[in-house]
Amino acid sequence: MVYVPPQEVEDVHLHDPDTFMTKYIWSQDHKVIAVQYSLTAIAVGLVALVLSLMMRLQLGWPGVFDFIDPESYYQFVTMHGMIMVIYLLTALFLGGFGNYLIPLMLGARDMVFPFLNMLSYWVYLLSVIVLMSSYFVPGGPTGAGWTLYPPQAILQGTPGADWGIVTMLASLALFIVAFTMGGLNYVTTVLQARTRGMTLMRMPLSIWGIFVATILGLLAFPALLVSAVMLLLDKLVGTSFFMPAIVSMGEQLDYSGGSPILFQHLFWFFGHPEVYIVALPAFGLVSDLLSTHARKNIFGYRMMVWAIVAIGGLSFVVWAHHMYVSGMNPYFGFFFATTTLIIAVPTALKVYNWTLTLWRGNIRLNVPMLFAIGFIVTFTNGGLTGLFLGNVIVDIPLSDTYFVVAHFHMVMGVSPIMVVFGSIYHWYPKVTGRMLDDRLGRFHFWVTFLGTYAIYFPMHYLGFIGVPRRYYAYEDFDFIPESAITLNENISIAALVVGAVQLVFLYNLVISYRRGKLAGSNPWEATTLEWQTPQTPPAHGNWGDTLPVVYRWAYDYSVPGAAKDFLPQNQPPSDDAPVQEEDNLGFDSTDPASGGGTREDA
Amino acid sequence: MAIVIVLVLMAVGSVLFHIWTPWWFTEVASNWGAIDELIVFTFAITGFVFVAVVLFTAYAIYKFRYKEDRRADYEPENKKLEFWLTVVTAIGVMALLAPGLAVWADFVTVPEGAEEFEVVGEQWNWTFRFPGADGKLGTADVANITYDNPFGMNADDPNGQDDVLIEDYEVHLPIGSPIKVLLRSKDVLHDFWVPQFRAKMDLVPGLESHFWFTPTREGTFDLLCAELCGVGHYTMRGKVTIESEEAFKAWLAAYPTYAETVPAPSDTGGGAASGQ
Repeated sequence: MVYVPPQEVEDVHLHDPDTFMTKYIWSQDHKVIAVQYSLTAIAVGLVALVLSLMMRLQLGWPGVFDFIDPESYYQFVTMHGMIMVIYLLTALFLGGFGNYLIPLMLGARDMVFPFLNMLSYWVYLLSVIVLMSSYFVPGGPTGAGWTLYPPQAILQGTPGADWGIVTMLASLALFIVAFTMGGLNYVTTVLQARTRGMTLMRMPLSIWGIFVATILGLLAFPALLVSAVMLLLDKLVGTSFFMPAIVSMGEQLDYSGGSPILFQHLFWFFGHPEVYIVALPAFGLVSDLLSTHARKNIFGYRMMVWAIVAIGGLSFVVWAHHMYVSGMNPYFGFFFATTTLIIAVPTALKVYNWTLTLWRGNIRLNVPMLFAIGFIVTFTNGGLTGLFLGNVIVDIPLSDTYFVVAHFHMVMGVSPIMVVFGSIYHWYPKVTGRMLDDRLGRFHFWVTFLGTYAIYFPMHYLGFIGVPRRYYAYEDFDFIPESAITLNENISIAALVVGAVQLVFLYNLVISYRRGKLAGSNPWEATTLEWQTPQTPPAHGNWGDTLPVVYRWAYDYSVPGAAKDFLPQNQPPSDDAPVQEEDNLGFDSTDPASGGGTREDA
Repeated sequence: MAIVIVLVLMAVGSVLFHIWTPWWFTEVASNWGAIDELIVFTFAITGFVFVAVVLFTAYAIYKFRYKEDRRADYEPENKKLEFWLTVVTAIGVMALLAPGLAVWADFVTVPEGAEEFEVVGEQWNWTFRFPGADGKLGTADVANITYDNPFGMNADDPNGQDDVLIEDYEVHLPIGSPIKVLLRSKDVLHDFWVPQFRAKMDLVPGLESHFWFTPTREGTFDLLCAELCGVGHYTMRGKVTIESEEAFKAWLAAYPTYAETVPAPSDTGGGAASGQ
């Protein structure tokens, strides 16, 4: 082993925060921007949570709550879906965790474009404000469903067809602008700003997940942007991109020749990668939670990386499995069913590798670990039901039923949220310097985990009966038994309980900020760089005078012959801290400066 | 250790729930019973994987719970194990996909000589059209739709003159022979679905979609819209009655042909419903 002295680093004067305004409001520090993104996403997510409870009130006790009429019900459906997928999960995983973790985990002082990063947050906030303004325009928000399918989305007969759809599309366009600024930044930072010794194959899986998800976003969001712009033109200028000749409510409309199915192709060309834009960061983060708290290296790191890349690539050729009953050419079904089921293979391998990471570990059952285990269960469940829906002919009776609702909530609602919670319990000590309360955390976990399973597991069976989704009420159906209505009531009760318990989580976030136990710099005894900062919370610039140098991969837990059961990535090789072959995947182990990291100083 | 007990209970409980559930398919009323069998088969495979993963996880958590004086294993990779897991998973996925695609091939191949009828959707009603004595549906166009010509029939098309127009929420179909359902929408997306038939398909304005099935059981079934079509989506309902060929013909005879509706447009609306 050759000892490589840390590089001298000159001070950076790019964007020193010196006033309250530049430190907390117009901040260019990735850590502050991460918190801004996260708090905004959580706030808007709470709105979406309340909307879901409104839906459950109507479904559990139809007609009892007069303030929920069909218009408002469909507005709840639409806003809940769109907020959760885009404005909460996408923004939180990439704008929140991505912003916080990329520079810290890679040993960088900040994102490579700090000003652009700041701009990204403020445009995101603007998109949220425009979205929320939907509630204050005449007619309220759009009720077209989060898929916004034309012609319905812009015709009378759908709530918010005058104004709500316009604010929705404008907000989406703004969001995409914000995402693009942030996304280019994340990709460039990962490729350009890694510290010495941080090869790509030494990066923690969190970064791999966020990195690939960002690339997916940069390629997929443009499809949504153009479809939003085209739909806006159809609505406002009278073009006919998606509008054929139509008689609406007895009136011949002035459209002709457009294709509603074209919109669906564009939407899902974005929409399916979007599932993985949410899922891949969750895969990455949960891998790091499992490894850290099982005190064991992630099992099959290289396969995990390639699985992330493979899933990301395949996610662009499966989109029309959302359209098996859309009236598109039915022969597409053969292709898309095949690609969809192929994607199950790398996904299943990830699940195996998570469970094999636990095998022969030394498992600490703390709150982040509990959420990670919860994720394995809900994701396995939700992933397997995807094999029903992806297999084209099996999808035919199940599409547009509650089976679909149960499937996608389990796989891209509950599962990523499990990871979000686990990750917040895991990284909150680094962000604030204090631990979240453990007892409140356990209570939060148990109710959330068991409650969501009680909500979504039985819901699959409503789908088998054939109960259609997006129905305001189920009156006089011969084929729906009375017991299914009772089941709906029970699901609603579980949903209200789970919803209420999230207040405990918020209380924990607030109370622990002042009163939580002091965390120290590395409370979980983790290996990755963000836990090795000189200050906690990390100061502006993250690393003090010298950037860390990386000597090993991110998963040196329980290395044979090492003094401790974890070896930080920046721990130089010594007798107490041996370097294994795995630490140097595709990299000359004798000299960290020879390859890998590209950034030698700030 | 509570998590270990809970995981075991979840695995076992999910299986028991599945066995004892009162909520299952309606009795099938078409030739697509093979889909039900595929779902049961998929359940067997996926259910096994789910239970195996959850129980393995629970066992690992129990067996390798934290002990101060123990070290975890250091095992970054196990190429052999990873290889076999990949192979077994790929085989399982192919076992699901192959029969699925085989049934799909049937689904997309409409049998020769299938009887055609047309479903026309609008917010928030179903209407239906049968080809009449000549066995051919006349052409129709959204541009022709007026109050007096709700189907948009092309007045010059001889094939359309004997088409039977049914402006009613209930349609009857004969049992036992394949039927090709042609789907057309005047305004927005809709989806023609009878849960007992298993099959469904969207109605798309601007194009004609289709699917086929053979009714196999007599009875009257709920017809519903399965594609969000605006604020009245949940009220877009109908009935489909499957009956013998004779009963069907008698029912159909009570409805007017297009030619009959032209000279006296005022007869089209309410009068037609008296046919049952």
